[in-house]
Amino acid sequence: MTRTIDVSDLVGVPMYEETGEFPVEQGYIWTMCAAVENGNPLFWDRAVAEEITGGPIAPPTMLSAWFRPHHWAPGSSEPRLPLKVHFDLKDRLGLPEAVITENTMVFHEPVRPGDVLRTRQILRSVTDEKTTRLGTGRFWVIDVEYENERGELVGVETYTGFGYRRDAPQKR
Amino acid sequence: MSAPAPLLIFGDLAEGDRLPPLRYDVTATTVVLGALASRDWRPMHHDKDFAVERNGTKDIFLNTPNQAAWFERFLTDWTGPHGRLGRMTFRMRDSVFPGDTMIIDGVVQELTVDDTGCAWVGVDITLSVEDSVKSSCTARIAVPLDDDDNPWRRSRHEWKP
Repeated sequence: MTRTIDVSDLVGVPMYEETGEFPVEQGYIWTMCAAVENGNPLFWDRAVAEEITGGPIAPPTMLSAWFRPHHWAPGSSEPRLPLKVHFDLKDRLGLPEAVITENTMVFHEPVRPGDVLRTRQILRSVTDEKTTRLGTGRFWVIDVEYENERGELVGVETYTGFGYRRDAPQKR
Repeated sequence: MSAPAPLLIFGDLAEGDRLPPLRYDVTATTVVLGALASRDWRPMHHDKDFAVERNGTKDIFLNTPNQAAWFERFLTDWTGPHGRLGRMTFRMRDSVFPGDTMIIDGVVQELTVDDTGCAWVGVDITLSVEDSVKSSCTARIAVPLDDDDNPWRRSRHEWKP
C-alpha cells in the first residue's frame, strides 16, 4: 500500500529556534585541535590571530559542536536529540529507519570565543516515495542556520536525509 | 610571533595539483577524543560493546564532525593560516576504526576568482584505509590572490562561500 502523507506545511518554516547553552569556548577549540593535531597558529597564537583574523576564532568545522546539548542537565530526564526536524519527519511519515546521506557545511562570518550563537532548523524539501537499496522511503533536505548575537550569519549546515522502511522479502 | 607570509597564493596553483598526503594511525584515543571535542556523546564513538552489539561494527568509529576537523587540518596544513574555508560537502561510505591507518589525499579540481575578486580553490578529498575510500569531501577554500590579499578580511557581500 502506498499512501502519501503531506508535510508541505513544514517546508520553509523556521523551527526549533534556540540559543546556545554556553558561549563558544577556547577550551573546546584546543581540545579539538589536539584531537586532530591541528597546529594552525590561528588557534594557538593570539598575535597571529589578531593580525590575520582580527582576533581569535574557532575552527570553522566546529560549527555544529556549539549546539550539541549537554549529555545531562538538571531537570532533563532523557538525552536530547540534535537535528530534531529529521526525527520529526521519521515519526510523521511513519518511517522507522533514517540515515543522513549527505552533509554540506557553508561558513560565513568567523565564530569567535565568547560568541553566543543562535540556531534554527528549516525543512527545504521532501521528495515523493523512492526505492533504494536500503528500502522504500522519502528523501528530505534540512538546513540548520547559525548566527551570532550581532545577527550575522556564521554558517549553514545542509543535511540530506533518507527515511525508509525495509522492503518485505519477495513472496514465493 | 607576527603573522607569517601566506604559505601559498592563488598564482602558485594549477588544476590537478596534489596536496601533501596526511597519514595517521587511528587509535581508540583518536576516536574518543574527537567525539568528545565535538560534543558527540553517542556510545558508538566511545563504547566498543555498544558499537559491536548495537551498530554491528567491529569497533568504535570516527564520528563525522571529527572527520570534518581532520579534513580542515589537512587543507590548512597546505594553505597555511590565510586559507579560509568556504564550503565542505561530505559523503560517508564506511567507518574508520582504531587500528586503521588513514590516508587523506586531495587534488585541486577547480581554480576560480569570483566577482568580488576572491580566489577560490576547489579540492576533492578522500580518506582511505588500505586503498578503500571510507569517506570523501568536496571543499571550497579561499586563498590569497597575491601577497597583499587576505581572505579573512572579507565580510558580508565580499564573501560568497
